[in-house]
Amino acid sequence: MAGIGLEYKGVSSISGPIIMVENVKGVGYDELVSVKTQTGEIRLGKVIQVSQKAVTVQVFEGTTGLSPTATRTRFLGHSLEVPVSTEMLGRVMNSYGEPIDGHPRFFTDEKRDVNGYPLNPTAREYPKDFIQTGVSAIDGLASLVRGQKLPVFSGPGLSHNELAAQIVRQAQIRNANEPFNVVFIAMGLGHDDADFFRKSFEETGAIKNVAMFLNLADDPPVERILTPRAGLTLAEYLAYEEDSHVLVVMTDMTNYCEALREVSAAMEEVPSRKGYPGYMYSDLASIYERAGRVVGKKGSITQMPILTMPNDDITHPIPDLTGYITEGQIVLSRNLEKQGIYPPIYITTSLSRLMKDGIGKGSTREDHANVASQLYSAYAQYNSVKSLVTIIGEEGLGTRDKEYLRFGERFEKTLINQGKMENRTIEQTLDIAWDALSDLPEEELTSIKPEYIQKYLPKTDTEVK
Amino acid sequence: MTAKGSVIRVAGPVVEAKGLQDSVMHEMVEVGNDGLIGEIIRLEGEFATIQVYQPTTGLKLNEPVLGTGSPLSVELAPGLIGNVFDGIQRPLESIRQITGPFIKQARGVTALNREKKWTFNPTAKVGAHLIGGDILGTVQETDLVEHRVMVPIGLQGKLTKIASKGDYTIVETIATLEVDGKNADVQMLQKWPVRTPRPNTKRLFATVPLITGQRVIDTFFPIAKGGSAAIPGPFGAGKTVTQQQLAKWSDANIVIYVGCGERGNEMVDVLDSFPKLLDPTTGHPLMERTILVANTSNMPVSAREASIYTGIALAEYYRDMGYAVALMADSTSRWAEALREVSGRLEEMPAEEGFPSYLPSRLAEFYERTGVVETLGQDDRTGSICAIGAVSPPGGDFSEPVTQHTKRFTRVFWALDAELADARHYPSINWMTSYSGYIADLAGWWHNNVDEKWNGYREEAMRILQAEEELRNIVKLVGPEALPDKQRLILETARVLRIAFLQQNALDPIDTYCSPQKQFKMLKIIVDFHHLADGVVSKGAPIFKVTELPVMEDIMRMKSGIPNDQLDKLEELEKKMHANIELLEASLR
Repeated sequence: MAGIGLEYKGVSSISGPIIMVENVKGVGYDELVSVKTQTGEIRLGKVIQVSQKAVTVQVFEGTTGLSPTATRTRFLGHSLEVPVSTEMLGRVMNSYGEPIDGHPRFFTDEKRDVNGYPLNPTAREYPKDFIQTGVSAIDGLASLVRGQKLPVFSGPGLSHNELAAQIVRQAQIRNANEPFNVVFIAMGLGHDDADFFRKSFEETGAIKNVAMFLNLADDPPVERILTPRAGLTLAEYLAYEEDSHVLVVMTDMTNYCEALREVSAAMEEVPSRKGYPGYMYSDLASIYERAGRVVGKKGSITQMPILTMPNDDITHPIPDLTGYITEGQIVLSRNLEKQGIYPPIYITTSLSRLMKDGIGKGSTREDHANVASQLYSAYAQYNSVKSLVTIIGEEGLGTRDKEYLRFGERFEKTLINQGKMENRTIEQTLDIAWDALSDLPEEELTSIKPEYIQKYLPKTDTEVK
Repeated sequence: MTAKGSVIRVAGPVVEAKGLQDSVMHEMVEVGNDGLIGEIIRLEGEFATIQVYQPTTGLKLNEPVLGTGSPLSVELAPGLIGNVFDGIQRPLESIRQITGPFIKQARGVTALNREKKWTFNPTAKVGAHLIGGDILGTVQETDLVEHRVMVPIGLQGKLTKIASKGDYTIVETIATLEVDGKNADVQMLQKWPVRTPRPNTKRLFATVPLITGQRVIDTFFPIAKGGSAAIPGPFGAGKTVTQQQLAKWSDANIVIYVGCGERGNEMVDVLDSFPKLLDPTTGHPLMERTILVANTSNMPVSAREASIYTGIALAEYYRDMGYAVALMADSTSRWAEALREVSGRLEEMPAEEGFPSYLPSRLAEFYERTGVVETLGQDDRTGSICAIGAVSPPGGDFSEPVTQHTKRFTRVFWALDAELADARHYPSINWMTSYSGYIADLAGWWHNNVDEKWNGYREEAMRILQAEEELRNIVKLVGPEALPDKQRLILETARVLRIAFLQQNALDPIDTYCSPQKQFKMLKIIVDFHHLADGVVSKGAPIFKVTELPVMEDIMRMKSGIPNDQLDKLEELEKKMHANIELLEASLR
């Protein structure tokens, strides 16, 4: 406790966002530090190493303008805490949970440690409540469930922002009237993109249920490491103390990882793949694993992180490590986007690991699982026929292959493709799927139980006559 | 006499302390005022480097560091089965009762319950000369597992006293041995350092397969009880589902599932489903033979490093009782990354991709703890440990160090394939790149217990799949229509093999487990069909006549249409197949 309140003058070294302070006593690892510049500006940092020689501090707002002699540091005796309150809904905050929308500060004394604590695996409840996003490709083929973390793997310039905004507007639990909130976390987002989201939430009135945490592209990168943690701390408060179902949208995780690399390099750590730190997996897990449901609590946290794959490369460390932690992924395709298909979701590499328990009779519809698996295999067949066409031409195809070609085109145009304001129920999605499947002969539908074919397959004209 | 020192440096999970000149390498220590558990990983004079297994947030300089006098150890006694531990064997259920849904420091929680009473049934006789590993008595730990309480390793002498049948806690004395004229009391609770392999009398050859009920594994790439396997695959390829299928259906006596740096929700899936799933041979819930070690990705990284050793030490304990143990580690890449992270904080010189140079030797040490052994003790017990390690190569690139080194120390390689997974072919084990080094050793078992033509048929099937692979390159260029009918038949049979045999639906109640007998009969039907069809095609039957045969649909549906206990239906199917072909042949004349 000795260090609290004492102000130390001068730092022994400054390198990137890292400063070292010598001759400090009683400082704990991970402790919050207030750093005063010579002009009197206060910045925050945290202790990342204590040793007998010096205390190493990472300054969140960066070290620009700090001088070795005039900088004053004060160790605050606790790790970084952010305010949490239901007042934060409808508001815009920075990475410390302070309002930046020009409206008054929050009347709350509730504060929580931004890092949270790891959720005990035995306290988790298995996620299985279907969330209807109103987007056919997701609801039908990679269903989202409450408590899941399902990222969107996009590329620079693809329509992930529109998709995210649409999901935030439309996401709902069917037949349920439970509190539902959105925590929106922007990391390194451009001003235009941030405005797009704010406008989109305001226009539809969704804003009153949304807490926005903004770290813009020109904010210090080190601060970016805090932004998701501050947002998730609020999400945990809303979910486990206020019984709310929270959807957390985080964009863009690529910017977050870049910030992580920048800080790691400044600390001269041994890099692993492509210069990213070796602990990036654990670090990302400490964010993503904060999704979930807890036994005995009414609320839940569902995460939808968005990342842009550098060079559209899914094997790049950022999507790669993310995919190993999250429960599936929704992959956007430049090829589909070029064909004018929105949302350009490429279902072949998209996947929801928790889908199997969230769909079917009682939650969506009895035929859902069968239809999804049939669509997957038929679409795979369509893609292989398409590559054959580039070699031997459409004329060289057999009748069966031509049918697959017709199915695939219809599937992309009617099921995957939909309006940006179009909100489809799961029944509508499945009916569209059956329409597309009717392009195939009935004996090709081997993944579907005959009784469902009887019940749901649209009758062709000849049969009606 | 335990050492007492103080903290001089904190950097994440790595802490340095001074004043520990009396401690020993790998000693367990309590760090700081909260008593965080750590392990000494480097000693230089009075300076010790400690890897701390709990979050070090708030730890300050000069806080005390206390030696415990013993290395990082596991507690061994009844109460292990059905339990969920973290990487250093802290009981997660008990911690939850103390700290709520989030894991915080809970001091004084022991791995095993000290108050619970177990019914001990003595089997050793007073007056007998006993050595380490001899069985003193038994405890019915669960309906499925008889826990055999053994004389601790290293102890030997005359049994002077043994508790009568009755209920005892694990810390009560149940036997007394006279060792060199002194009395040594033995309790059910024993400890063993996790990083030291438990000794055995001798190693034996592995000749019995671990039956997993998964066709592509048992028939094509089998693993022995006592064997070791690697499952590498990119994300989404189905590593975890495959591991869980093995944990569910393999015919091991004990299953230890180490969730090492993986998803929390996956552990819940196991926790939710295992108590409900019944063992196909005994009909008891699978949880009654399972121990979970869950150190999920958001739990401290250093405990992740320890979790593999905790798992294998528990496995060795049950092996020593004479059981066949299967250990699933998901994922060893996360373990290797934990090693890398700690190594980085120690500022060690990195080798490949930042991994420490001792990565291969650590992997070797782990996989070498598998095997079939004659256990310690005077009766001729044998036990085995089979380890199946998932590997998560970055970007699905198998040339990275963890995959490459794991390949060196395991004899079975189940390569999961993103392309197969994208086509929803599960399990996505690629039959061209996978291999098993146990086929010759296990053929004897299959020939004696299932059918003496087992290896003949599996080799024949592999040849067909191989031929398809070559033909597919041609098909890509000219389309299938251009091939002669004999070659199109190969494509057709290979398609049947892929869909009706290699693909297996983990969610289908019948198909999820396929008995060895059923596997063989299915394979025989498909391969025999190929030969017969080849015969009629040679005689001029057009290929579409073959694919149109009504029996084809029966073959496609046999995996989920015919239960394991109705194999006579497969014989009927075989007859129908012969009749179909004969009819076709007759129509040619």
